Amino acid sequence: MAYTPEKPKLTESSDELRSRIPGWGVDLDPRDRPSVPKEKFDPNLSGAHWTFPERQPERWPRERSVEHRFLTPVFGTSCPPKGISGVIRRHAYRRYSEGRAAHWLLLLAADRVDVAENRVQALLRGRPDNPITESGVLSEFKRHGVASRFGRKRADLSHQPIDVIINVAPWLVVGYVGYRAVRLVTTRRR
Amino acid sequence: MKAMVYRGPYRIRVEEKEQPSIEHPNDAIVRVTRAAICGSDLHLYHGMMPDTRVGMTFGHEFIGVVDEVGPSVRNLKPGDRVMVPFNIYCGSCFYCARGLYANCHNVNPNATAVGGIYGYSHTCGGYDGGQAEYVRVPFADVGPSLIPDWLDDEDAVMFTDALATGYFGAQLGEIAEGDVVVVFGAGPVGLFAAKSAWLMGAGRVIVIDHLDYRLAKAAEFAHAETYNFTEYGDIVVHLKKITEFLGADVAIDAVGAEADGSFVQQVTATKLKLQGGSPVALNWAIDSVRKGGTVSVLGAYGPMFSAVKFGDALNKGLTLRMNQCHVKRQWPRLFEHVRNGYLKPSDIVTHRVPLEHIAEGYHMFSAKLDGCIKPIIVPDGA
Ligand SMILES: [Zn+2]
Ligand SMILES: [Zn+2]
Repeated sequence: MAYTPEKPKLTESSDELRSRIPGWGVDLDPRDRPSVPKEKFDPNLSGAHWTFPERQPERWPRERSVEHRFLTPVFGTSCPPKGISGVIRRHAYRRYSEGRAAHWLLLLAADRVDVAENRVQALLRGRPDNPITESGVLSEFKRHGVASRFGRKRADLSHQPIDVIINVAPWLVVGYVGYRAVRLVTTRRR
Repeated sequence: MKAMVYRGPYRIRVEEKEQPSIEHPNDAIVRVTRAAICGSDLHLYHGMMPDTRVGMTFGHEFIGVVDEVGPSVRNLKPGDRVMVPFNIYCGSCFYCARGLYANCHNVNPNATAVGGIYGYSHTCGGYDGGQAEYVRVPFADVGPSLIPDWLDDEDAVMFTDALATGYFGAQLGEIAEGDVVVVFGAGPVGLFAAKSAWLMGAGRVIVIDHLDYRLAKAAEFAHAETYNFTEYGDIVVHLKKITEFLGADVAIDAVGAEADGSFVQQVTATKLKLQGGSPVALNWAIDSVRKGGTVSVLGAYGPMFSAVKFGDALNKGLTLRMNQCHVKRQWPRLFEHVRNGYLKPSDIVTHRVPLEHIAEGYHMFSAKLDGCIKPIIVPDGA
């Protein structure tokens, strides 16, 4: 009925819906919903007994967005930046605001470097990464992985072919570059 | 203590990690009794969220027992059974004072555009999450609530994000009596949004997804009319046809970035990171809502740009509403709804996975094996 003034008729009336659906319409009044109004000034509502919180001690130079005036009074202390990934991360935070693509792209790049650094480190420390257990792929056998591939439109089927390329290609490239390097050295020696 | 630890995209293991300690006078340490894996954890798991560091523990949906409190904590004591909203917030900044807990300015030094979230990368503050035996809970006087005696653990975990967010999404839709509401995504949040739409007086609730088992859940749990978009050449045209060529009054995007879109989108967004995620569901929402309608966005999007059809939103005069949910604001009303029997949040829980096997839990959830809708993580001692 988009071409005439009336709203299309619903197949069920409000009364029918009320009888069929538990709780239908109990929050019908838009003004009586928990997030209405969106902003309501009430500083005493939350249980905070401070106007500015005490400050958590900064145990190492904590990276922060240049869009903050100072380090926020509370922050997470998981995984301080270290290694080459740490250098990239600190640079991304120091140099670029959140509005710049460079900020986020550098952080994503640092994430990939971080993974490589940790893979090597884990190997050296004698607790190497285990691609089988860490990928959780064993659940394929316990959780009907094969059956889920047929007729159920499994979520990851559309990109599984490229996953293989994306996951294997870097290793092939590294292998090839290594092979060429070794060849270069050995042929020069001769 | 044992904790889930991120080792890189699609890689997770359980490690022995140092137990968290009080780092601020208003901190509490909570012994986790139940945690959940959330759809948005998959963004971290897939390595899409910037500054997700190896060694980090995920998990923003958890409940537990208070183990230790800092010197300035007044409202909690060891032994209290608590549910913790996924937002970390101070309670006193400009935003918190106005009820915008998700937008707190005092807890996330890494970014100003997003607040603090447990176990959600350094972009959200660098806090370790609750998929572990213990977790640090900042501003213990502000965030956590005692779990009422009549509320069981699995219902309580749903309160910490999925239920509150789904209900919030229906609110953002500004649903009026008799409105046609279409929800994209039949995951936990979409299911709760669809169910909540009825509470607010929707006249018709339609749920769109690509997995039949999730649509079956939407029909049964949320009384929704369901369509599998893979069965239609163009789901937007189909939605127009079934709404007399008007479109829905309200569209809710409960999918977020990395909706399983086209091959091209998979490559540009998921693999090459050229977009903050492929916004397929959001664009469907914009296209299928009627002119002058409201689009409510609940799905998680990263900080990077996405190819959103903004011109259509402009020309159609849409209202776009979105935020992370201010979880604790929703709780009193949601308690009532559960007590009155209008909602049974744990009905969507499909799997319980020991913390020890969390890598398999992630794989199962990510690949949607075994009819998985919502997996709950159970630590050993819990
Ligand atoms: Zn969540
Ligand atoms: Zn705040």
